[in-house]
Amino acid sequence: MRSHRFPVEAGHIELFARALDDPNPIYSDPAYAATTDCAGVIAPPTFTQAAEHWDPEYDRRPHHGRAWYGSGREAIGPAEPPGAGGGLGFHAEQEFEYHRSIRPGETLLATIRKGRSWQKQGRRGGTLSFSETITEYRSEAGELVVTARFVGVGTEKQVTGA
Amino acid sequence: MTLRASKLRPGDRHEEVVVDDLSRTQIVMYAGASGDFQPLHTDETYARAMGYPGTFAHGMLTMGLAGKALTHFVGDGRLLRYRTRFVAQVWPGDSLTTQITVTEVRADPPEAELAMETRNQHGESVLTGSATARLDP
Repeated sequence: MRSHRFPVEAGHIELFARALDDPNPIYSDPAYAATTDCAGVIAPPTFTQAAEHWDPEYDRRPHHGRAWYGSGREAIGPAEPPGAGGGLGFHAEQEFEYHRSIRPGETLLATIRKGRSWQKQGRRGGTLSFSETITEYRSEAGELVVTARFVGVGTEKQVTGA
Repeated sequence: MTLRASKLRPGDRHEEVVVDDLSRTQIVMYAGASGDFQPLHTDETYARAMGYPGTFAHGMLTMGLAGKALTHFVGDGRLLRYRTRFVAQVWPGDSLTTQITVTEVRADPPEAELAMETRNQHGESVLTGSATARLDP
């Protein structure tokens, strides 16, 4: 189990909504948002995904002083792509449980823990390995705001013999 | 917009085009906003070298796009739960349509269960899911 801070900033919410091409002013206009039953700007439903910007161990962004695996001089950079070795991991499923809306200006604490893991026989042979990661986002007062459940799947060559 | 439990019926539907001709630029915008810089999504050179026909969208971009249809239907700040399964990859140039179907309406507390499916321009399913929303009475 590990945890990290997630400072929720108004500009970040607006840019996230823009990336989804969602012009809904509930994500950007405090004057409009004050007139709605949300009574202020809120974040879009999938916004907690952006908490990864503040996860110090996140391997899908370049880190200062570390090699990167995207293209540069070579088509594939010098670093080992995440998930390589045990087969490429893919996002199979995602679930969010909302306890209340997220507001700009608050700082959430993301606590990440492993959930269940299970295996399924793939249609083209090999074993599909599923694993859950549960992230709880809590307010500074400890109140649960959003629970996120990530399910990743990796394909692995079946172990033979014995 | 707010949905009312007394007016909503199982089988009621909402359908919306959530992206038309997805651009590589929008995928780059999503990488920047979400913090997911996995180069398979933004780096054509890397994606091809890794054996893909090119870059493809983050699954979470597709979930976010489908989420627009959801909030347009149920209203802002109304979701209690939102779950998706990533069924197929989404490529630059794809157009996605999300269909939401009401599967259950409860009066007390006023809530609805919704089933969701997002299809590409070929009619192929790329994302399936479900959601629970809080309604007005």
